[in-house]
Amino acid sequence: MTTSETDERSTKDPAKKNSDRDTTREELDLWISGTEEPDEVELWDISSTDEGAQEMREDEGALRLKEQRGVVVEDDYTFDEELPDDERMIVNMGPQHPSTHGVLRLQIELEGEMIRRTKPIIGYLHTGMEKTGEGLTFMQGPTNVTRMDYLAPLHNELAFSLAVERLLGVEVPPRGQAIRILMTELNRIASHLVAMATNGMDIGALSIFTYGFREREQILAFFEKVTGLRLNHNYIRPGGVAAELPPGWRADVATICETIPARLADYDNMLKENPIWTGRTRGIGVITPEECLAYSITGPTLRSAGVAWDIRKAFPYSGIEKYEFEVPVGERGDVYDRYRVRIEEMLESVKIVQQVAEAMPKGDYRTDDRKVTPPPRQRIDESMEALIHHFKIFTEGFRVPPGETYVAIESPRGELGCYLVSDGEGKPYRMHTRAPSFYNLQGLPTMMADSLMADTVATIASLDPVMGDVDR
Amino acid sequence: MTDDARRQTPDDNAPDTNAPNTNAIEDAVAEEEVRLLPANPILSALIEPFENAVWSTSHGQDVVTLPREELRLFGTAAREAGFEVLADVTAVDWLDRHDLRFDVVVNLLSMQHVLRLRVIVGAPGDEPSVPSLVPVWPGANFPEREIYDLFGIEFSDHPDLTRILMPDDWEGYPLRKDFEVGAVPVQFKASHKVT
Repeated sequence: MTTSETDERSTKDPAKKNSDRDTTREELDLWISGTEEPDEVELWDISSTDEGAQEMREDEGALRLKEQRGVVVEDDYTFDEELPDDERMIVNMGPQHPSTHGVLRLQIELEGEMIRRTKPIIGYLHTGMEKTGEGLTFMQGPTNVTRMDYLAPLHNELAFSLAVERLLGVEVPPRGQAIRILMTELNRIASHLVAMATNGMDIGALSIFTYGFREREQILAFFEKVTGLRLNHNYIRPGGVAAELPPGWRADVATICETIPARLADYDNMLKENPIWTGRTRGIGVITPEECLAYSITGPTLRSAGVAWDIRKAFPYSGIEKYEFEVPVGERGDVYDRYRVRIEEMLESVKIVQQVAEAMPKGDYRTDDRKVTPPPRQRIDESMEALIHHFKIFTEGFRVPPGETYVAIESPRGELGCYLVSDGEGKPYRMHTRAPSFYNLQGLPTMMADSLMADTVATIASLDPVMGDVDR
Repeated sequence: MTDDARRQTPDDNAPDTNAPNTNAIEDAVAEEEVRLLPANPILSALIEPFENAVWSTSHGQDVVTLPREELRLFGTAAREAGFEVLADVTAVDWLDRHDLRFDVVVNLLSMQHVLRLRVIVGAPGDEPSVPSLVPVWPGANFPEREIYDLFGIEFSDHPDLTRILMPDDWEGYPLRKDFEVGAVPVQFKASHKVT
């Protein structure tokens, strides 16, 4: 689509635009066998298929490969023009494939059983959540972002809330911050458990799948007790958290902190030196630290390559610098190291959760700024101002001073950022989420180049992409 | 009333970071030649050679505004100065701004110096084109395709500038401010008329 065309289109009135769209759709209607062939539409022309320009094309071979493997990589594969066509084929994997973790689609060029090129094709789960975010008030915002990365919803809420609070200049009381850390670190454990479980299932270790989900259930049950929901909590909000921890939370947290490390040790014993597991994971899907940095890959994938980078240490948020924990790193950057890094991280998160529970400060769980936090119920009966604040917050929402900021936190998948622009109104002018899965997916072609087709699912699972996060 | 008071808080904070430079600001007003540069030696050494770069702070974060032609040059210099990771690329549509309608916002990260820097370049609405950063950081590939897809901003020298999230036959650019949030006609809505 050229610029001149689009400019012309954008100036047309909406009604006309719709009618235009109808005609193009008609033209693209598929030809039904038995009827007369249409003349003007080339039926099997690549641009008339759903994917169109996104398809991997044959004539782009040598060039595309070089780009995909990055400028830092020495390219040892030469595109062999002389190779007969039946030696090389492009296969399509997904979007409906049980091992692609959602609706990820890969086009893979094979030479025999060796993968030469890979192209991830995404967008099947795109729901325009950044546009939706522009239509919701700052208080409604967390309901939207919590649905992006559905395995780590609390991290999304935290990134958004921190960005809003920075623009507002609001401080969250110590108890609110401690509850945030408690919940997000538990969420990290739950998310890594799913990563471990699905990685096992994809390789064929079905029992680890059921074990992983069993432990996660404990944490989700606790989340349900605290927030009312198992997923998509809308619990962390600008100004603090939505509700106080329920009675008996200490016992629940203590049970989780007791059972998880013991059972993780069991699973680790089961897998660590298991010859099948190590055979399927060691030296598979290797990525170097240089490639990780070039492709903006963060999180456990970066740490598995030996780079000890953790935003919790570098740019601490919500008082996480008060707690002691290590940053586990791998050495080889393969599937096995990513699995090990996640196991270690879960144990570190348990440590953080224990420290938070021990040192849980007393006080309010949200800020007392009446412009952000609704007044207590009994104040509404007594005070006219309280009633006005309550009404204003729940109708038009609070206003945020003009400005822009970028806040990043360490989600289970890497750097989760929120770029927020306010023009002084009650809704964000622009809300952008830096989704870790989206960036991490760029490294997949490099990881899979010159490996066996059978290792594909292990590599994808070790990257742990969440398609809701990728497509938003 | 309280609104105004709150609105001033970030503004009050901003001069704090410049507090040691108060005299420098006065001098700048007097001579109109002295540029404001960050106190951090790495940042000031990076920004100083670029005469058109304007440095400011936003809620304690360093922001550099550049003419779009210099983006790739600045990117190369930044990577050499230690910003080895391109953390994020995104865009903002300022529909009412006449000269430069779009802002392309690049968030850089330096792991060795533990430093962040935001680079903002403007692009006019009638010819929204910005140099691609893929030759500097290959990780700019997906996010630049996303901006092209959702804002219609073109990145020159991008190896594969195609739509990434929306269908290929989609018309318009959804994240532009003049793109209405519409409703899609639902096939079975008509059944309401029956009752």
